[in-house]
Formats: sequence, C-alpha cells, structure tokens
Amino acid sequence: MWERIYTVLRKEFRSVLRDPRMRMVILVLPVIQTLIFGYAVSLDVRHVHLGILDRDQTPASRALAARFTGSSYFDVVAFPRDEAGAHRLIDASDAAAILQIDAGYEGDLKGGRPAAAQLIVDGSDSNTARFVVNYASVIAATYDNELVLDRVLRRAGQTLPVGSVDLQPRAWFNADLESRNYYVPGVIANLVMLVSLMLTSMSIVREKEAGTIEQIMVTPIRPVEFILGKCAPFAVIGFLNVGMVALVGLYWFDIPLRGSFALLSLGTAFFLLSTLGIGLFISTVSETQQQAMMTTFFFFFPAMLFSGFIFPIANMPAVIQWLSLGDPLRYFLIIIRGIFLKGIGLELLWPQFTALLVIGLIVLTFAVKRFHKTL
Amino acid sequence: MNLRRFWAVARKESLHVRRDPSSLGLALGIPMLMLLMFGYTLTLDVDHVPFVVWDQSGTSQSRALLAHFTASRYFDFRGTVENYGALEHVIDDRDASLVLVIPPEFARRLDARRPAPVQAVVDGSDSNTASIILGYTLGIISGFNQDITLAQVRRAPGAIPSPALDLRPRIWFNPDLESRNFIVPGIMAVIMGLIAALLTSLTIAREWERGTMEQLISTPVKPAELILGKLLPYLGIGMLDMVIAVLMAVFLFHVPLRGSVLLLFSVGGIFMVGTLAQGILISTLARQQLLASQVAMISTFLPAFLLSGFAFAIGNMPVAVQAITYIVPARYFVALVKGIFLRGVGIATLWPDILFLVIFALVVAGASIVFTAKKLR
Repeated sequence: MWERIYTVLRKEFRSVLRDPRMRMVILVLPVIQTLIFGYAVSLDVRHVHLGILDRDQTPASRALAARFTGSSYFDVVAFPRDEAGAHRLIDASDAAAILQIDAGYEGDLKGGRPAAAQLIVDGSDSNTARFVVNYASVIAATYDNELVLDRVLRRAGQTLPVGSVDLQPRAWFNADLESRNYYVPGVIANLVMLVSLMLTSMSIVREKEAGTIEQIMVTPIRPVEFILGKCAPFAVIGFLNVGMVALVGLYWFDIPLRGSFALLSLGTAFFLLSTLGIGLFISTVSETQQQAMMTTFFFFFPAMLFSGFIFPIANMPAVIQWLSLGDPLRYFLIIIRGIFLKGIGLELLWPQFTALLVIGLIVLTFAVKRFHKTL
Repeated sequence: MNLRRFWAVARKESLHVRRDPSSLGLALGIPMLMLLMFGYTLTLDVDHVPFVVWDQSGTSQSRALLAHFTASRYFDFRGTVENYGALEHVIDDRDASLVLVIPPEFARRLDARRPAPVQAVVDGSDSNTASIILGYTLGIISGFNQDITLAQVRRAPGAIPSPALDLRPRIWFNPDLESRNFIVPGIMAVIMGLIAALLTSLTIAREWERGTMEQLISTPVKPAELILGKLLPYLGIGMLDMVIAVLMAVFLFHVPLRGSVLLLFSVGGIFMVGTLAQGILISTLARQQLLASQVAMISTFLPAFLLSGFAFAIGNMPVAVQAITYIVPARYFVALVKGIFLRGVGIATLWPDILFLVIFALVVAGASIVFTAKKLR
C-alpha cells in the first residue's frame, strides 16, 4: 500500500513541479504577494487629502486652517480659489474633504457671534467619511474651547481655568493598534488556502480531461491510496508556503510570534487537511478544469469574505454567521492570530482545532466516496 | 483581418460555451449570487458599539458624561461593572467593546477646574474597530468638554455663553453614510473583473493542452482574428453579467445611479475587453490549464480585491504599493463605477481613468495577438 501511495506521490510531485514557471508560481509568488498585500491591507485612515477654501483670508481664518494642516490626520493638498475649484477637487477624488471658511469669519469671531465654517466631505467612501467628520469635530471642539477662553481673557483680562475630561485610551492585546499585526497573519492564511485549493482542485480533473485517469484505474491502486498520494505533495507545498510566508511576516513586518511555533505547525496541518479535502472534492465532482476552477473560486471568495479576515463576523446577518461556521478559514484565522498576537495555546484554541479536524475528515471522506463512484 | 474568419472563430467559441451549460451557468450565476451575498452582508460600519461603564464617581457630572454616550448612535449602553475582574470579563467575553472607567475624584476635579482623567479600555486585537471606537470616544469627550467650558465660562465676567466656532459638516453623495452604497459598486467591479479573467484564461490553454491549436494553425485564420474571435462570446457573457449586476445594485440595493448609464456600460465594455485579453495573454503564455488558472487567480483576483481601492483606500498605502496599483485595471474601474454611480460625474472628470483602461485594453490585447503569432510560427 505504502509503495503505491509513494508512486502516486512521486508522479504528482513531478507533474506539478516539472514546469519552472509553475515552481515560480508556487514558491516565489506567495512571498512577493505577502510583501505587497502586507502593506496594502489596512483600514487605518491617515493623511486624508484636504482642500482649504479660505475666502476670509484673515489671521483668524488662517489660524483655523493651521489647526487642520498641523494635524497628522489631514494632508492639505490644495488651496482652491473658488467654490467651483473646490467642487472639482471632490469630483475628481483629489481631495476627500474641503474646509470652507467664508468671508466674515473673523468679523463674527471678534463680534462675539458664533463664527461658521463648513466641512464638505466626500461620502462615497463611507468608512473614510466617518473618520473625517469625527476627527474634524474633535479638532473644532478643541479649538472652540480655546477660542471661548481666549474671549474671556481679552474681556476680563485674566485667564479662567476650566475643568476638562482627559481621555486615556487603553487598547488591550495590541497596545499601539498596529493594524499590520492583525492583517498580515490573515494574508498568510489566505494565500495558503488559495494555493492549496487551486492545486488540488485541478489535480484529478486534469487526469480526467487528459484521459490518463483510465490508465490509473487499470492499475491495482485503491481510491484511498490514490487520494492520499495526490494529497501529500500539496500538503508539503502548503507547509513550505506557510513557512516561507511566516518568515516574511516575522522578519520583514516584525509581527510578534508570541505563541508556540509547534502549535502553529499543527494548526497548519489541520487547516491543510480541510482545504486539500475541499480541493479534492471539487476535483472529483468537476468534469473540466474550467469547471473546477470556477467552483474553487466560488468557494474561495465567500470563504475569504465571511471568515472575518476583513469584515467583522459580528456585523453579519445571523444566517451568514451560521454559514461561516463551516468555513475552515474562519477557524484558522483565529488560530493564527491567536498564536501570533495573543500567544494563546491549545487550552483556548481546542474548539478551532476540533472544528478543522471535523471539517477535514468529513470532506476527505466525501471525496474518497465520490471518487469511488466515478471509478 | 477578415470578418468571415473572425466570425467563424467567434461561432466556434460560443458553441464551446453553449455546450458546457454548467460553466455558463456558473459564469452567470456566480456574480449574481456573490453580489446578493456580499451586498447584504459586508459592512465596515462600526455602529452600536456595546459599551459598559465602571462609574466610581456616581455623581451628576459622571452621569452627564454617560448621557453623551448613550445619546450617540455609535454606542449602545450595556450596563455597568463594579470591579476590575468584571471589567476583564466583559472584554474577554466580547460582551462589550469599550469600557469607560470614571474614577472617584472625577466630579471633584471638574469642579476644581482641573483635568479629570477618564479611562477607555478597548479590545485592540481588531485594530481597525478599536481605533474607530477610540475615535468616536474622543469625539464625544471633546463635545462634553465644550459643554463644560461653556457652563463654567458663563459665570465669568464679560463672557458670551455661546460657542465661538461652529463647524458644520456637509456630506456629499452619500449623506447617510450608507456603507452599502460604497461596497456594492466596488464589489460589482471586482466580481466582473474576476469573472472576465477566469472565463478566458483557460480557453487558449485548453486548446494548447488538447493539441487542437495545431489544427487551428493549419487553417488560414490569423492571430488577430483568432484572439478577437475568442473574445467576442465572452464579452457577451461579461456584459450580460454587468447588466444583471447594475440592475441588482439599483433595484435591490437602491444604490443611487446618478451618472450616465451609457457611460457606465461603455467603460464596462472597455474594462471587459482588457481583462478578457489579460486572461487570453496568460493562457497563451502558460499553455497549460493548471498554470494558467494559478496565474489568473493570483494576478487578477487578489490585486483586484486588495489593491483596487474597493475596501482598502489606496491613499493609505505606502508609496511603493500605491505605484503598483497603477497597473491594476480594477483600480480604474472601481473608481469609474463609484464615480458614475455615486458622484454622477461624466467624461470631463473621468477621462484619465478611462484613458488608462483603453491603454490597458489595447496593450494587453496587442500583446496577446503578438505572442499568439509567435507561438503559431
């Protein structure tokens, strides 16, 4: 039995790695992708492009504008001359917001009336827009406090102390709120899932299409042996990928690995078990490679989006939350983030490990059964 | 370029498509299903953040601060805790994402006109949600500080008890900040790009793998006729996908379509030709379905998803990565779809993005014709 498995394994390794371009795709690309996506994936809003339309042109209006230019959240990119210019900036997405100070601002301020300023925000990116409105109002409120006290100082000739609330934020588990720490492990998990799914889903259907499956059927090999032999090379490749990509995360992005490396490897093994199983299952039910690829994609896309990689699962409707319980990526993300960031161990992660094992065994059984039928 | 030969290739390819109804079904069904699923489920909004309070002060001042939080649409009050253990518990169990700790001397310090510290504990493991929550918290605290200042200044001689600065935000294009209006056009563009590249990336590789390419070589068909003929039926499917997607966006998700429908479908067509040609280029170079599918997935799906500005704002990326986004066609298409849908702008503003799409389509289609010609020789 082992001899037969080994034969399939060797054959499969050869057929995948024979092509130097394929070696590139499997071994080099994931590293490059981690590098690019590790930098790209972040929802932090900083350096919002701001245009300032100052129609008052007084020391007071410039002082207000300076509050925005001095903030790390805003990058002032333009000073449009008129409203049409300001609107063009927004329309062309050159600026996400415009601070508009109308003529008479200083007069109102000096006359003791509330001096109005407008902030025009591009709402089409709702995430950024909320951030902009919130931070602009913080800046405005702080500045308003100073202005009010300043008025008192000028009229009464003495400073007036006022009480204030001093917010002290404490972020647990990720003190400096580095979003890279959160997303890079997720990118690793996604890439590994994509590569292993794609490779296995094409593996059997390729033989079907090429007609070589008949030749395999006449050999004394049993379905289980065939499937195992098909799986093993991809498991090895998957492991290699996790290793390489994790090194990039550790040494390039300086992601802390607080937990145990052995446990991470075990988690990877369990995760690969389920993705390889799913890939093989897709391969046995597909007739052509194109179908296999479409189906893989159809599985991978929701698996990625509903896993909690970007969009929090807690925000999703109950049905989807329920569906995502069958998503191996969801569990692996908790495992990989937990081990990297929180350094937690099996005592907390055992439900995720169990879930991965159950999913893996179920789909593998299905794949073997299904393959038996087609034989 | 001979129209008859071009047409013959197009007919042959559409026969392929028609004889494989399951693939055709997938090509039409997947975008619909995905848009349906993702349109309803994906949101980046952080609303109704559950929070609890550890009010050690228990005074009218601390309750006034609390009232500011409960009045906000961003926060949902979930009760109080009385000790540190309970605080740890609610964060660990994710019962609350924010705990406000108001120390006992809070009111005394405020009355003494000194800064009074208040602690905000958040779960930082999801850094995005955490920093949004802290931002909202800071916003509410600044508003509260404004109130205190006005109240305390009122009693000072010669003071005017009204705010000095009144900043009014006006939100364009999406006044309710509906996350769906932002996600649906973006995901529509991403899905279409993927389907297009997937559709064609396997077709030529399949011909090479099966050896039918040699048969095509012996016919008088020219590379340009072959490539464009193969593109045509898939362009048809892609445009059908787009019609379905736009109809769903407008009538199901009620995303406002403010710009020109004609312009929307024209840029859709240009984008489609570019991505379809990209799929053909990949399969010509790969000549093997396994490799072609890997490259297609890796070079279209992940960049379209992560580098197009669909969910992650391009402006936040490091400059080197921003430079890479310029060669991702989905970047332009996502910008165009959002521009036409939400801003209702026309060619006058959008021409740079359209120009890039045209250049991309021409370059990639040209390259795939040239490479096919080389391989045929």
